[in-house]
Amino acid sequence: MSAALSYIKKDSPIHNLTGSTKFIFFFVWSLAAMLTFDTRVLAVMFLFGIVFFKMSKLTWENIRFAVYFMLWLIVVNILALFLFAPEQGVSIYGTRTEIVHLFWRYSLVWEELFYLFNFTMKFMAVIPTALLFILTTNPSEFAASLNKIGVSYKVGYSVAIALRYIPDVQRDFREISQAQQARGIDLSKKDKLVDRLKNSAAILFPLVLSSLDRIEVISNAMELRGFGKNKKRTWIVERPFTKADYLAIGIAFLALVISIVFMCINGGRFFNPFI
Amino acid sequence: MEKKSNVTIKSIVAIGIGAALFFVVGRFVAIPIFANTTANLQYGILSVFSIIFGPLVGALAGFIGHTLIDLSWGGPWWSWIIASAVFGLIMGLTKKKIDIDNGVFGKKEISIFNVAQIIAHAICWIVVASSLDVLIYKEDITKLVGQSLIAFSANVITTAIVGTALLLAYAKTRTKAGSLKKED
Repeated sequence: MSAALSYIKKDSPIHNLTGSTKFIFFFVWSLAAMLTFDTRVLAVMFLFGIVFFKMSKLTWENIRFAVYFMLWLIVVNILALFLFAPEQGVSIYGTRTEIVHLFWRYSLVWEELFYLFNFTMKFMAVIPTALLFILTTNPSEFAASLNKIGVSYKVGYSVAIALRYIPDVQRDFREISQAQQARGIDLSKKDKLVDRLKNSAAILFPLVLSSLDRIEVISNAMELRGFGKNKKRTWIVERPFTKADYLAIGIAFLALVISIVFMCINGGRFFNPFI
Repeated sequence: MEKKSNVTIKSIVAIGIGAALFFVVGRFVAIPIFANTTANLQYGILSVFSIIFGPLVGALAGFIGHTLIDLSWGGPWWSWIIASAVFGLIMGLTKKKIDIDNGVFGKKEISIFNVAQIIAHAICWIVVASSLDVLIYKEDITKLVGQSLIAFSANVITTAIVGTALLLAYAKTRTKAGSLKKED
């Protein structure tokens, strides 16, 4: 069981931004990267992502595992894309520049390589900001920031509850799983797949029941404290926007605008160097 | 009025805890199969939450839980996150057909549940996830068909086994309406 990424406390310009800023930034930034396929825009976004990462004082050790995992995911996807459609790039860019024929219907084509490169860059442009978002945002600030950008505070509270109870559910899971294993219920590869699925139900059932109990307890406690009585609420961790916050949001929207402007210039989402 | 507000607080908490469960099970109990596709036990759990608490809880728990899983790996794959939310939503719509609160979960309900989950998975993975992947990443259709068929069948099988088992067990913990008899 590998540890999931979570908040790392540090004192840096990125950490000092409010949660809302980082949330808006991450959202707008990933929207910009989702829209465009222009290599130049994506490359600039990636470079900016690295600069922001340097500013956050986080180290390579903090993200190494996540980056390797994402790279592995991208590689698997690229291989699958190539295997199923080796000429996808040709149909997108409209030209065909063959480098070398491999076998059967597979050959190395510049257009396909360029498409796969852009596919990778789309992720590269988002990964640094996604990592920054998850590593530098204090979870208790999360609900407040969601509320600030217009999400109902009740939904914000759901997210806060999810973040608050993940460690508890995880501990429950570990305890139940060990108790069931002691009774001979096996989840490892020694059992058949169908048996493993059935066995997992034996672990999941106590977990679901204990979670349902938890829901009762928490919702009763919240009701006793009058949760949801008023339309608005205040937050203990809410911070006012500073100049840096406006600057960060400005940069994110600038990226979105540039991404859209380049779409107009290119006459589509693709930058085509082949014609 | 009082009762209504209780329901909403309960669903807020159910969304949060459901998302936490989805996260823990999806993040730590996954068996990889093919191109970021895993045998996902979390959909069995999500379907149970949808049927107990309804479409809103299902959709939001799926959305939040899946976003957290993806963020914990470092990058969100929005098309699949939205598909998870849609799955929770569709399963929640069958809440009316299955009276799980009163412990009714016989052969009829089992078949309703499984037909519903097959339809829901088909809509999510074959329609929603694939079309969003084409839209966002311009992926090739044949790769997506392969990928989504694998995701679809893996999820259908796991939901059929895990979801049905969980609901059967849950139904037994509920008191059936009219289960008490007056002694002579």
